[in-house]
Amino acid sequence: MKTDTHFAFFDEGSKKEIRRAIIKAVAIPGYQVPFASREMPIARGWGTGGLQITLSIIGKSDVLKVIDQGADESVNAVSIKKLVHDTTGVELTEQTEEASLIQSRHRIPEVALTKDQIIVLQVPMPEPLRPVEASELKTKTMHAENDYSGAWLMLFEQIMKYGKTATAADHPVYVNDRYVMAPSPIPRFDNSKLHESEALILLGAGREKKIYAVPPYTNVESLAFDDYPFTVEAFEDKHCHICNSTDVFLDELIDPQTGETIHQCNDTSFCMDQLNKKVEEEAQKSYV
Amino acid sequence: MGYVPVKGGTEAIDASIKRLKYERLKGNETIEIQTIMSTMRGMIDQVMSESSLYSPFLAALAIKQAEGSMEEAVFLMRAHRSTLPRPYYSKTVEPETMLVERRISASFKDIPGGQLLGATYDYTHRLLDFDLINESSESIQRWLQNYQTELQQVDAFDEVKYFPKVVDYLRDEGLFENHQEDNTVPKDITKQSLQFPSTRSERLQVMTRGQTGAVTSLGYASLRGYGQVHPTVGEVRVGAVPIYVGHPNEMEQNTEDEFYIGEITVTEVESFVPTQVKNANNEYELQFEIGYGICYGQNETKAIAMSILDQCLEHPESNFPTHDEEFVLLHIDSVESTGFISHLKLPHYVTFQSKLDSVRQVKKEVQEVEN
Amino acid sequence: MYEEPILQVRNLQKQFGTGCIECRQKETRKLVKNFCKSCGTLYACQDISFDLYPGEVLGIVGESGSGKSTMMQCLYFDSDVSSGEAYIHTPDLAGKNIFEMSAQQKRFIRNYVYGMVYQNPVQGLKMNFSSVGNIAEKLIAAGNKHVGQMEATSKKLLENVHIPLHRMKEEPRNFSGGMQQRVQIAKALSNNPPILFLDEVTTGLDLSVQANVLDLIKGIQRDLGISMIVVSHDLAVIRMLADRTIVLLNGKIIEEGLTDQVLEDPQHEYTQQLVYSLL
Repeated sequence: MKTDTHFAFFDEGSKKEIRRAIIKAVAIPGYQVPFASREMPIARGWGTGGLQITLSIIGKSDVLKVIDQGADESVNAVSIKKLVHDTTGVELTEQTEEASLIQSRHRIPEVALTKDQIIVLQVPMPEPLRPVEASELKTKTMHAENDYSGAWLMLFEQIMKYGKTATAADHPVYVNDRYVMAPSPIPRFDNSKLHESEALILLGAGREKKIYAVPPYTNVESLAFDDYPFTVEAFEDKHCHICNSTDVFLDELIDPQTGETIHQCNDTSFCMDQLNKKVEEEAQKSYV
Repeated sequence: MGYVPVKGGTEAIDASIKRLKYERLKGNETIEIQTIMSTMRGMIDQVMSESSLYSPFLAALAIKQAEGSMEEAVFLMRAHRSTLPRPYYSKTVEPETMLVERRISASFKDIPGGQLLGATYDYTHRLLDFDLINESSESIQRWLQNYQTELQQVDAFDEVKYFPKVVDYLRDEGLFENHQEDNTVPKDITKQSLQFPSTRSERLQVMTRGQTGAVTSLGYASLRGYGQVHPTVGEVRVGAVPIYVGHPNEMEQNTEDEFYIGEITVTEVESFVPTQVKNANNEYELQFEIGYGICYGQNETKAIAMSILDQCLEHPESNFPTHDEEFVLLHIDSVESTGFISHLKLPHYVTFQSKLDSVRQVKKEVQEVEN
Repeated sequence: MYEEPILQVRNLQKQFGTGCIECRQKETRKLVKNFCKSCGTLYACQDISFDLYPGEVLGIVGESGSGKSTMMQCLYFDSDVSSGEAYIHTPDLAGKNIFEMSAQQKRFIRNYVYGMVYQNPVQGLKMNFSSVGNIAEKLIAAGNKHVGQMEATSKKLLENVHIPLHRMKEEPRNFSGGMQQRVQIAKALSNNPPILFLDEVTTGLDLSVQANVLDLIKGIQRDLGISMIVVSHDLAVIRMLADRTIVLLNGKIIEEGLTDQVLEDPQHEYTQQLVYSLL
């Protein structure tokens, strides 16, 4: 009764079905393609959408990086990595540059991605209009009719109430001037990385059974009014206490010794890289 | 350093999984799959039904592995289901051919074929039986022997007898509308994701694999007041139905070429719901409609609740949430609901940092305005 | 009038039910009021044709069940017609039957050409959004992406309809019926629509509030010269607002003409009853 699991978990028929949905998604940037989402060995809401994309497109020569909230060593990233590795045997990496395939939850790496890479984002709520309209049938019609006044109205109300837009992560974007898309709960800081990205961006929502995509070099614009430009999380005057980087997304921590608020890179592999570079530079200096 | 919950994930996970295994084994006891299969019928039926995979053996394995956690066992089965190729669809199952083990009607005392109680908890008194603490295999043997002797004194029918459907009896009386047989190929919701408005075949599939508790609760809500369906159970039948598949290569299908691949035990329910209709003379009259419920194994409450919800969803014009197909169908799946609830345990600190920033900016704005 | 009409409606039909042998032929059908006894089909609008001219207020009067609200819903695309044609004479829409347009084009018409004031403000307003947001919704739908501009426009409109500006960020659900109706009017006017529909807008309001809302509409019409279709069962409302009037009975037009003429010298027996009962 004991059986070996197929390469990349799925049977080939399932992979083909999912790849067809991916191709359709690439052909209609920002459009949510319904697909027959499979139950996975990890729980719904824990990245099954991303995982199904990863498993359908992964090949033996791929090099995989998995991050969760910016970290390679986050428990869920480890768990996903382990599952893909156990069923495919592909090489794993923490180096963003080395990876051909990156699955991520809620972050896009700080290092710019290239045309040889694919990033797969895990999506909990693919429907940007859901806060405005609960019914799937209605939101689907709204997309079809290019009716996004609800999404704009939400931002307008925030400005009326708070004097500025108050969106957090998952700030909606216009893709290719047509579809409004939930970029997954990446911080607003990462929204600009979607625009004219060299890498193919695939987004998978397992529980909601949708796949969508931002093909390379696609115009992606964050929703914002003309006189209230889109703003990202502010880290002015702040730097990573480990590698001193600025202009990156920082986690906020409390130093247990001093009780002070300190910051550090959210992208752990980027932080490590910066440190290594410094060590090298210093080594070179001392060598001279 | 501060709270960095994500470092050292690999070791932490390994340790956690080891700890989990320890929890299962620490009592130094094990349970045989065979024991689960022969003593945990209710759990097995429920796991098979919610996971939509009919295999008592795998269900027992899942229950063992999941230490009896229902959601976990269902989850294991569903994930396993994803790895299985699906080369065939079965031929239409005819529940009239069921080898009935239990069959009752709440509508009529004397139904053609008679009521057959079979095995049911319905008339047991729910008192803890402390004798079970020390049940011995000798006492089991003795009981079984006695039971066999008793059975020999009962006159059995000479040949296999099928029980007609109660609904056919009423249909002959013109109490139900005679619908044309609809042989549209049902949509397979595991091959094509559910789209709205949905078809009845899709709705029935989602409900039959729905979480028992969720289906029961929504059916109950409808019955109690948040819905407009007040059914009478026309028939509940539990028993085994044979499954056939067509010949894979023959284009022309005829029943003689079909292969018998086994039987499954199901619970089938037909509820009768009075509805108001207009007749040909444009007068209002009352007629019955059928709510249909079916699921793997013996799960009578779930099947009845399903039949209520089926009927509710046939009437989307009513404003109750139990009549809203998106509300019902998108929230009753065990794997989906437990998964999304449990994902809240994942770290959300990037999202939270973003929210924090947003709140701070708004506060700053307000202070500036006030100054 | 020598002008070209802004809106032309031809043979608008709306039925609820499939019809049967007895009632399918419109020339020979025998109905009880607008209802076919043998199959239960309801003929809500039968063969309605009329023109609406620029700057004109057209009154549509009739008892409840006469089909006037259904007709309005059809024109505003809240409900599909069974058959019929309607044409809007603006450069980009001329010559095309608007009932046959795509959902996207219909949305365009609603956002750019039409304004609608429903009898029940719940239908026209989002009760849990601010009043200014409600007005902005319509502006956003018509492509505006400038908060400052929209806020200014909304303020002006709210001022015009006498909503105190310190309450503009409040949600209409906190307002009285008359105030809600005024917010709805402000919203309907926000894009300067050439055509405005008013469906029983004063029904359900207190008499003094009614007069207030009617004055407001009259003022708007005078200042902006919008074409309006005013549906009401109340002849007093029609008399005060409408230049021309159509009388509907059982889904059919039974009389039409200048409002004064219809009220002074009604021709049809039903109109006579209606007018005399008012006096």
